[in-house]
Order: sequence, then structure tokens, then C-alpha cells
Amino acid sequence: MTDQARIRNFSIIAHIDHGKSTLADRLLEMTGAVSQREMREQILDSMDLERERGITIKAQTVRLEHEARDGETYVLNLIDTPGHVDFSYEVSRSLAACEGALLLADAAQGVQAQTLANSHLAIAAGLEVIPAINKIDLPAADPDRVAAELVGIIGGSPNDVLRMSAKTGEGVPDLLETLVKEVPPPRGDPDAPLRALVFDSYFDAYRGVVCYVRIVDGFLESGDDIRFMATNEVHEANEIGFLKPKTQPVATMGPGEVGYLITGVKEIDRIKVGDTVTSSRQPATEALPGYQEPKPMVFSGLFPTDGDDFEKMREALEKLRLNDASLAWEPETSKALGFGFRCGFLGLLHMEIVRERLEREYDLDLVATAPSVAYRVTMPDGEVRELKSPQDLPDPADRRSIAEPYVKAMVVTPTEYVGPVMELATTRRGHVGDMSYLSPERVELDFEIPLAEIIFDFFDLLKSKTKGYASLDYEPAGYREADLVKVDILLNGQPVDAFSAIIHRDHAEAYGKKMTGRLQTLIPRQLFDVPIQAVIGGRIISRETVRATRKDVTAKCYGGDISRKKKLLQRQKEGKKRMKMVGSVEVPQEAFVAALKVDEES
Amino acid sequence: MTPAEADRFVESAAAYVHIPFCSAVCPYCDFAVVAGQDHLAARYIDAVCTEIGRSRPWRPLDAIYLGGGTPSHVDPALLGSVLDALADKHGIAPDAEVSLEANPEDFSTGTAAALRAVGFNRVSFGAQSFDPGVLSSLGRRHHASQIESSFESARAAGFENLSIDLIFGTPGETDESWGESLQSGLRLQPDHVSCYALTVEPGTPLGREVRAGAPAPDPDVQASRYETADEVLSRAGLARYEVSNWSRPRHECRYNLTVWAQGEYEAYGNGAHGFRRGRRFRNLRRLDAYLDRVEAGRSAHAGEEMIDGWGAELDRLFVGLRRTVGVANGPGTETLLSSEEGRMLVAAGVIAEQSGRMVVSRPLLTDAVHRSVLAQLAPIVGVDGDA
Repeated sequence: MTDQARIRNFSIIAHIDHGKSTLADRLLEMTGAVSQREMREQILDSMDLERERGITIKAQTVRLEHEARDGETYVLNLIDTPGHVDFSYEVSRSLAACEGALLLADAAQGVQAQTLANSHLAIAAGLEVIPAINKIDLPAADPDRVAAELVGIIGGSPNDVLRMSAKTGEGVPDLLETLVKEVPPPRGDPDAPLRALVFDSYFDAYRGVVCYVRIVDGFLESGDDIRFMATNEVHEANEIGFLKPKTQPVATMGPGEVGYLITGVKEIDRIKVGDTVTSSRQPATEALPGYQEPKPMVFSGLFPTDGDDFEKMREALEKLRLNDASLAWEPETSKALGFGFRCGFLGLLHMEIVRERLEREYDLDLVATAPSVAYRVTMPDGEVRELKSPQDLPDPADRRSIAEPYVKAMVVTPTEYVGPVMELATTRRGHVGDMSYLSPERVELDFEIPLAEIIFDFFDLLKSKTKGYASLDYEPAGYREADLVKVDILLNGQPVDAFSAIIHRDHAEAYGKKMTGRLQTLIPRQLFDVPIQAVIGGRIISRETVRATRKDVTAKCYGGDISRKKKLLQRQKEGKKRMKMVGSVEVPQEAFVAALKVDEES
Repeated sequence: MTPAEADRFVESAAAYVHIPFCSAVCPYCDFAVVAGQDHLAARYIDAVCTEIGRSRPWRPLDAIYLGGGTPSHVDPALLGSVLDALADKHGIAPDAEVSLEANPEDFSTGTAAALRAVGFNRVSFGAQSFDPGVLSSLGRRHHASQIESSFESARAAGFENLSIDLIFGTPGETDESWGESLQSGLRLQPDHVSCYALTVEPGTPLGREVRAGAPAPDPDVQASRYETADEVLSRAGLARYEVSNWSRPRHECRYNLTVWAQGEYEAYGNGAHGFRRGRRFRNLRRLDAYLDRVEAGRSAHAGEEMIDGWGAELDRLFVGLRRTVGVANGPGTETLLSSEEGRMLVAAGVIAEQSGRMVVSRPLLTDAVHRSVLAQLAPIVGVDGDA
């Protein structure tokens, strides 16, 4: 057990690629937690996809021991935060486990929207925020400008901003000293009943769910009976210990300490991030604040191309959920796509990652429908229903109103792109609010916008309109009523459920035209004409036709190469199997995500 | 020709001999051909005769077909020695069809007489077009007038069964020029006409040009030209009997009818394909490799496919459905017609069932039918026999 005065708990807030993982590696190395020989590049980002994308999805945590210049040894708990907008709740729980946060900005790129959003979270949580600039060794580094931006956000003097290079190690020893000096020690009550915050968890095939906990008050002892206050489940603390970064069991953990807890629970959704662990015999009366149920924001239908893979896909989803409690799904049947799952995700990145993992790690071939948000429909009797799929929208006569989720979005952009960004936000039904200058060159734009408008291609458009310089962050901002209609697409006269979308009335016609036009180019010619219609409540708003194939024949087939021609045609047939039969129409998989493609004209 | 007559060709014995030599290689051609190798012709014919001599004796051949390449580019006496070798090994039926392919530029009066004298009785001319623009874009080296003169030479030498090949849908061809080519062809009063849509094969000079952005044939235009051909030719008394072939009554190509009736045929020469004793086999494609093998006393076979069981039934449909008479109903047609795809093909008017047979009513969609045919799985017969 460590005296609270010798503990410093901190997070690093940084934008993707601003060097958080490299800095974490350097800290591990310099404090001797991991020897250089053991050092694997970026040990904290262990999942393949994370390494590929340079982002952290699961937070990792490590206990470092540092002998400071005052001769004392301090325990520094680095509590890593997930690095994406989709995981803001998880970020907030990680921050709640800390007393300090290092705000790290790239010396060339400066502060980005996501860093800004997370530093607001840190300040709101009462954390001591320490500004630092990384990558000062870059040729394009402009530390003075970035220091001014950092000071603009958190106050203080530019001279207090740390300057370092995690890559070369320059400035890192000073950082360790600053953490010891500036981050306040925990001030838990050792005499109060146990309260520990679960700020993350993961699934281990041998040991079940491993929780990451921060002891706030009291003591957690190995073998204790403990209670999770939100779920009200009682378990035994089979093993507790520190993360160095390998697990190291201990008998007791006291106030301020950070480590892991294993209870033997095998199902990750029985352990909730943000929950409070207390003692079963002498329970705390009040849980720690801030707990929320994970709530999917974006929904998409995922269907195995091969109907026989349905069970395999269910198993894969179950395996993924072992490590991702926020992933939700229920079976869904589509007339067009057969049996699959309606999946709920925290956001777009989360959706992409799950899809990629299903395809890559579980060897599934999937068709994904266009993502949608959770609409709330008020029925004539006042009942409010949540709608996860556009095809569930009741007819206008059978509903009183529809509300859609809004987000508060924040864009940080160089000033010369303010015009295009505002225009983009406005065409997507956004209401532009505050605009504040971070520096003479860069500005923060706040606006409220329907979530549905940013889940398709908003981010890509934002990047293309700002030459890649703008960054985006958003947080839920409640529901608002809107004049929304369902646009259905008919192929050969038959509605295709997977193509239905809920669109604002003012944009519905343009959307219908765009979809029929795209589908016409994506659907190959068939044995008969295939009319494609976009329909709102029985009214056709646009129509295109895929003309029937007129010629599909091998001109010459004599004694020569009959075997080869048979093989060629069989191969072509195999290729066609990758298409979905929708009624009697062969539809290629890419057609189902046609609406997702970046709209060049807009 | 009645369906029964067409199906009877399954009993024929046929032989194909490949002659790879050409004066130049046409840019669209993907056959096993060589140009500028004429000095190898005598040696090659020798090897072909050796291959024939080594093959297992069969029975007198009802149809012989010398294809290429350009058989007419080779000395008629050498071609005659091939016929002699076939006669020695298998015999040649008295009324056998003995065909060769010829190019108008190789075909003089003397050639015609010599070919007739060594035993050929049918010539198929690679006319391709009568439009000078189209001929030059196809890389052909003859003029329309040479087609006419070679045709006259053949008639004068006593050939009573003459065919011309035409290619349509070349970029640069127009509705008018195609109509005129058909009319010019008909003026020769051919007994048989083959019309092929220009096909861009990968690996040919044309294939490379198209990949680099040159205009490719438009399939819709080709479909219209095909329909024009069918109309014009049938009005002239030439009935279509296969996807790309039209003939006067009783002048269908018997070698090809054998192939499409799933009859067997020997094959000799480089790149030649045959079907004997239930196996579809192919010879080495490269001329030098073929010569080396045969001269070393070894077989020129490069691979084969066993045609048996359910595969043989689908193979019967594959070859037979190219004919206008279609195929007699059997397990394969039953499976197809009871499948979802089969029902769609019927609904779209692509295939039809009539008097115990299945026919392709829209020949331009034959490949779509073939893909469905080849995808049919053998019906599973349950142990209690009720499935």
C-alpha cells in the first residue's frame, strides 16, 4: 500500500497521432517499468486495428514508479484514455479516476477539436491540466504558436508549457518532475467504506472479466465480498493487483491506488464502466457520480452474404462483446438481405471497427446497410417509441410526431475555411452557434446539428473542404422534433426494406434522385428491364431504369476449348453469387451502402 | 434439319486438325497461331502425321475439319498427306465432309484445284467483311474483290459446299456497311454463313488497345447487327441452326454438328482440342513444344477433363443448347426448369420447353443460360427414392 501523498494519477489528452502512445512508451522505459530490451513499439496500443489506425480504442493503464529529484519514490498511475469521439463516456470515466491530465499537442498541428473537447471534460472534472507540446524535433514545429493556443484554453503563461520530444526523450525527465509537483495527490478517506470506480474492463479467456479500478475511499482486500452498486451484483474479489504493466497481485489496495480486480464474472456486460465497487458487508451509502448505461447512437444492419453464416456471425458478435460492452445487437430479418443483425454502435468509428473485425478476424463476408440513428416516434396515444430501423417508421396517420437526436458539434479549423465549414453545417441543417479564436489563425466553431446529418459523409466532406485541416468532435445534445419522411426505394416495383431511409422533408427529393441515379449505375443489366423508383408515401419522386441485357453470348464455341469455356462461365457464376437476389433482381453488395458515398456535388 | 437428325450426330466420328500457320497474326485473334514460321510447315505436317499414326484406330470419319491458323496458307500437297494419314488410321467415310479454312489472299485457282484433288470438299472462307475500312481495322490483308475471286476459283474447282465467315460490331462499322457486307456475301451464294460478334480477348493486341482506352465494341450495337444478320440471311434462304451459324438446307457444318451433339472427335496438332473415350482433352499450345514432344516420341496431350455422370449431362446441355433445335429433355433440363433460375429464364423468354425439348429462344443470351446450366447440382435421390 502506498501513502496517498506519494501517488499521482494522471491521463494524457492528445489528438490521434500527436504522440500519446510514444510518450507512454518512453515513460515506461524511463521509469524502468519495461526494459528497453522488452520494449515493443507502442506497447499500450496492442490490438492490431488500433496499431494500424494509430488510435487507442481500449484504454490501458500502467503503474510507474519514479524516483523524483526530492529523493522520494512516487507511484505514477498513467490512465490511458480511448482516443476517439465515439468513446467520450469512457474518456470521462478515465478522467474521473485521475487528479491530473497532461494536455499534449503536436508542435506542428496544434490543438485539435478532440483535444479541446477532452480538455473541457478534464477542466470540468476539476483536474489539474498540464500543458505540453510534443514533437518539438519536427522541422515544421512551431511551439510558440501552439503554446499560445494551449494557454488560450487553460490559462497560465506560455513559459509554463512543457516542450518535449517523446521520440527522442528530450524533455521527458522534466515532465516526470512536473507531474510529481503539479498533479495533486489523491485525498480519499481511508476510514470511509470502500468506494472504487470501475473505469475500464476487458475480457481474458482464462480469468474472465478483468476490471480496472481506482480506489477512492477505504480499502479493497483480496478475498473480500464486494458489491457493484449500479448492477447490484455481489462477487468475491478473487484477485486484485497492480498493472506494471503485467498484472502483479497484492493483498490490499488503499485510497488513491489504481489496479485491477478479478471476480470470476465471465460476461463483460455484467460489469459496467462507471460503476462503483463497494464492500458487501459494510457498503457505502452513495455511489460515485457520473455512471451511465452505454447507449448506442448509430445503428446499421449487418447481414452475412452467405445465409449459412448467420450462426457464425452470432458467435462472432458474442466474442466481440466479450471485450466491448457497448456493442448491442438484435436479430433482424430483411426481405432483401435475409437474416442478419441490427447492431448499435457508439458512433461511426465504432461501427467501422466492428465491421472490420467481423470480416477480418472472423472471416465473414458482410453486407452493411446505411447507418441510421435512433428516432423517437410519439404515437397518437402519447407513447414514445424508439426506432432503430427506418422500415419500422409508422405511417404519418399512425404517429403524432418524430424527434431525432441532435449533437453539439465542435470544429476546429484554420480561419480561411470558416466560410466553407459554416456552409457545410448549414446545408446539413446545423445551427451555427459560437465562434471563438484559439489564435489569430485558428478558430473553434460550435454548432448543433442532427446526428443523422453527420453519420454519412460529413467528416469526409469537412476534411475535403478544409484540405484536411479541420477536426471534429461532438457530444449528444438531446432530441428535437423534425419534419421527417421515409423514402422507400422500389426495385422492379417491389420495395426494398434495406434501402429505406428517414430523411428531412426538404432533402427527401434530392436524396431520392441521388439514390435512384446511383443504383442505376451500380445494378448490372439483367434479363429484363429493372425500374428503380424512389417513393415517399406512395408518391414517386424519381425513377430510373436499368435496361435489360441484349447480348450475353460467346460468339465462337466449336470443338476447341469447351472445357475452358465451361470453366470461364462457372467462374462468372461464382462472381454473381456475391450479389444479393432481391426478388428477381441481382444487386451487388456495394449498392447497399450507396448512400454512404461522399457526395461530390454537395 | 429436324431435332432427331441433329441429335443423331452424337454417333458421328469426326476429327479436327490444327494448322497454325498464317501470313500475319490478326490483332483480335487468340488462337494458337504463328506468322513467319512457314519454313516449319513441312516439319509440322510430318509431326501431325506421326501423331495421327500413333493414335488408336477408330472408325471411318464422317467429318474432318482443318482449322487454324490458315490451312490454305500451307502447300495443298502437305494438307493432302494429313488426309492420307487419317484415311490410313481411321478410314474416311465415302460421303464424309472434308473442310478446311481458307483466307481469300491465299486462294488461287491452282490452290483450289489442288485442294479438291487431294480430297477436300468444303471450304470456309475468312471473308470477315467487304468494307475496306473494317477489313483494315481488323488487320486483314485481303480486298473484297479477292473474296469474290477466291469464291469463283473454289466453285470452278468443283467445291459444292462453301462457307464465309463475317465479323460484325467492329468499331467503325455502321449499320449500312454491315448491311452491305451481308449483301455482298449473299451475292456469292454461299451454302453456309458464320457471323461472329467481334470479341475482345485479353492478351491480344486488340485487348491491349482496348485496355489502354481504344473504343470497345458496344454490346447493344452488336445485338442490333446480329438481329439484322438473322433477318437478312433467313430472307435469303439461309436458316440459323446455331448461335453464329446459318446454312442452306442440308449444308450445316457436320463437324460442328458432331461437337454440339456431344459426339466424339479426334484432335491433332498444337492447341487442338478433342473429345474421345469420354474425355475432353487438349494438346500443347506452343508450336515448338508440340514439335519437341511429338518428335521425341511422346504424347502431345496437355490436359483433359473426364466427362461422366452428372457432368456429362450438363456438358450435353452446354454444347447442345447452342443449336436452334436445343436438347432433348433429360435430368439436366428437368433440374434447370424446376429451379428458381430456370423459371426466371422461362419468364424472360430466354428458354422454352417445346415437344419434349428445351430450346434457347433468345440466342444472344445463351451465356446466361449456360451459367445457370453449369450451376445445377445433381438431384439428390433419397434412400427411400422419393426425393
